[in-house]
Amino acid sequence: MQKLFKYVRESQIWKSVFRHGYPDTPRNRTLAVLSNVFLHLHPVKVRRSGIRLSYTWCMGGLTFFLFLILTLTGLLLMFYYRPTADRAYEDIFALREHVPIGVMREMHRWGAHLMVISVWLHMYRVFLTGSYKPPREFNWNVGVILLVLTLLLSFTGYLLPWDQLAVWAITVGTNMARATPLLGHEGPLASALSFGGIDFIHAGDDVRFGLLAGRFVGEGALLRFYVLHCVGFPLIAATLMAVHFWRVRKDGGISGPL
Amino acid sequence: MHSLLASMLPGPLCAAALPVGGGGGHVDDGPVAAALKHAANWLTEPTRYSVASILGLIAVLYFRRFFSKVWVVTVFFALSTAFFVFAFQDPNFNAIITKPDNVPIIILFATVVFFSWLALRRAVINDERTKRGEPTLEGELAKQKVFTWPDLVYSELICLVLFTAAMLVWSILITAPIEEPAATARTPNPSKAPWYFLGLQELLVYFDPWIAGVLLPSFIIVGLCAIPYIDTNPKGNGYYTFEERPFAISFFWVGFLLFWVSFVILGTFLRGPNWSFFGPFEYWDLHKLEPMVNVDLSTWVWVDILGKPRPDNPFVREAPGIVLLIGYFLVLPPLLGKTVMRKMVTDMGMIRFNVFMHLFLWFVLIPIKMGLRWTVNLKYFIGMPEYFFNV
Repeated sequence: MQKLFKYVRESQIWKSVFRHGYPDTPRNRTLAVLSNVFLHLHPVKVRRSGIRLSYTWCMGGLTFFLFLILTLTGLLLMFYYRPTADRAYEDIFALREHVPIGVMREMHRWGAHLMVISVWLHMYRVFLTGSYKPPREFNWNVGVILLVLTLLLSFTGYLLPWDQLAVWAITVGTNMARATPLLGHEGPLASALSFGGIDFIHAGDDVRFGLLAGRFVGEGALLRFYVLHCVGFPLIAATLMAVHFWRVRKDGGISGPL
Repeated sequence: MHSLLASMLPGPLCAAALPVGGGGGHVDDGPVAAALKHAANWLTEPTRYSVASILGLIAVLYFRRFFSKVWVVTVFFALSTAFFVFAFQDPNFNAIITKPDNVPIIILFATVVFFSWLALRRAVINDERTKRGEPTLEGELAKQKVFTWPDLVYSELICLVLFTAAMLVWSILITAPIEEPAATARTPNPSKAPWYFLGLQELLVYFDPWIAGVLLPSFIIVGLCAIPYIDTNPKGNGYYTFEERPFAISFFWVGFLLFWVSFVILGTFLRGPNWSFFGPFEYWDLHKLEPMVNVDLSTWVWVDILGKPRPDNPFVREAPGIVLLIGYFLVLPPLLGKTVMRKMVTDMGMIRFNVFMHLFLWFVLIPIKMGLRWTVNLKYFIGMPEYFFNV
């Protein structure tokens, strides 16, 4: 057995993948982090305060992990879901009726709820430890945009089951856009944008119409939300996460007294 | 009210913290149970709850050394659990609490209470250490550096495995709900936004959509982004503290705990049909009506005080409100900057001070308007439905 392990570890294939020995010496531990594209998001060494749960609450890491879970389960759900008004509800319903112990939709739904909570708690911790202070001002701002993206991801996903809860929650949410100043047809100053008695802003061209691709939550809105939910927002969020993690390292590492 | 965080979250738990001993009662039995439920319904009424929670938060911050003790939070969680077990047997409470989509709200409640307590505790310890001239808890640990592999990588792996296991168990135990197919002709009552926006939906009671749904969320985002540039206090960077930044921490607690989180919980559990308020043990009656007797500021000034009909020109009619709000937003900041807040202006500079004051005044306008609605039934400061401009 020992011989076999030794043989495998000295083979050309193994060595081509792993450039270092087992990480039990300082040199190999350093190499383990440096030579791995995923691990090298971390620095080689961290402050002891940065790995204490009572200090960090692990909420940022959990948020990222939830994003990965949601990407994976979301990808699987996409195989069984057609974003049209005739099919969407049926497909989700079938997922429950025909799959024994199916957990993908459950993981996706509960995970999405949890991700909103974990983002809030992460920001709460960052605020309470003053970790937004110089030199981390910019990264806090990236974080705020990621918070907004998390809410938008959750909000666009809310519509996709196409049941009463979904449609009416999105109706309530997007009704606010009617009242956008200048750009919503029931907003203040919208009537100022009229010319010779013709309103430029009306129910058929205001912000809400743009969000929903129609005057009410219908097929156009479903497709629009689906594309944003599955492609648009995740891409932006993933990009900004890369920036966020990079700046955590560049701005002094996992938070701790500087 | 002796439990630290009872004050931050809705009344059922505040009420539970006082009288204990109510056994498992049903809707119509047991004088103790009935009294307890009545007390909970009474205390969660928005006016009383808001006043109690503000007083509670002040008490928690003032007596923070007491509230940060371990046994205090243990007692609080024990009482909360006891209350939940007791309340669970009530059909009205049960109906709302056991909805699968409301499980995360319970998690939100528990985690926010726990982490607030944890942060307060560490702040109290750190402040004492600083007073004695010792380094903070984090400061002491930060001097040591450890290898990412294995210390950090392994704890990440353990978190990941445990968390995945928990998610799987939750997903197997509770099936994701699906309601009836979408029907644009049938409006459910109540119609609620997704739970994380319920704080904004709650504000619709007091403000028009253009403020509650557009302006305030924009200000929240802008305000969050502005925090690191406005807060010029260099202390408290990277460790928990209260005494080194009392204003920043108190302000954030009021905003996050009293407004954001507790409005989410209020909106989820205590707002029923027609967005009427229902105590935790109240039946969601479709026909509960709340009298609408709200009056505009202009009516109050022209009709009640001056004793004549309101003028036809909307700008003349709404002049009192316009003057009032211009005074509030444009005259108040320089006035305060010249007098009470002079030191702030010199510390922060004019631009920071003005940005901060305007965000702050918008934030303060929320409790002001809520208070005026409850006390004198104020509807709008400025009510110009002609231009959809109601404040």
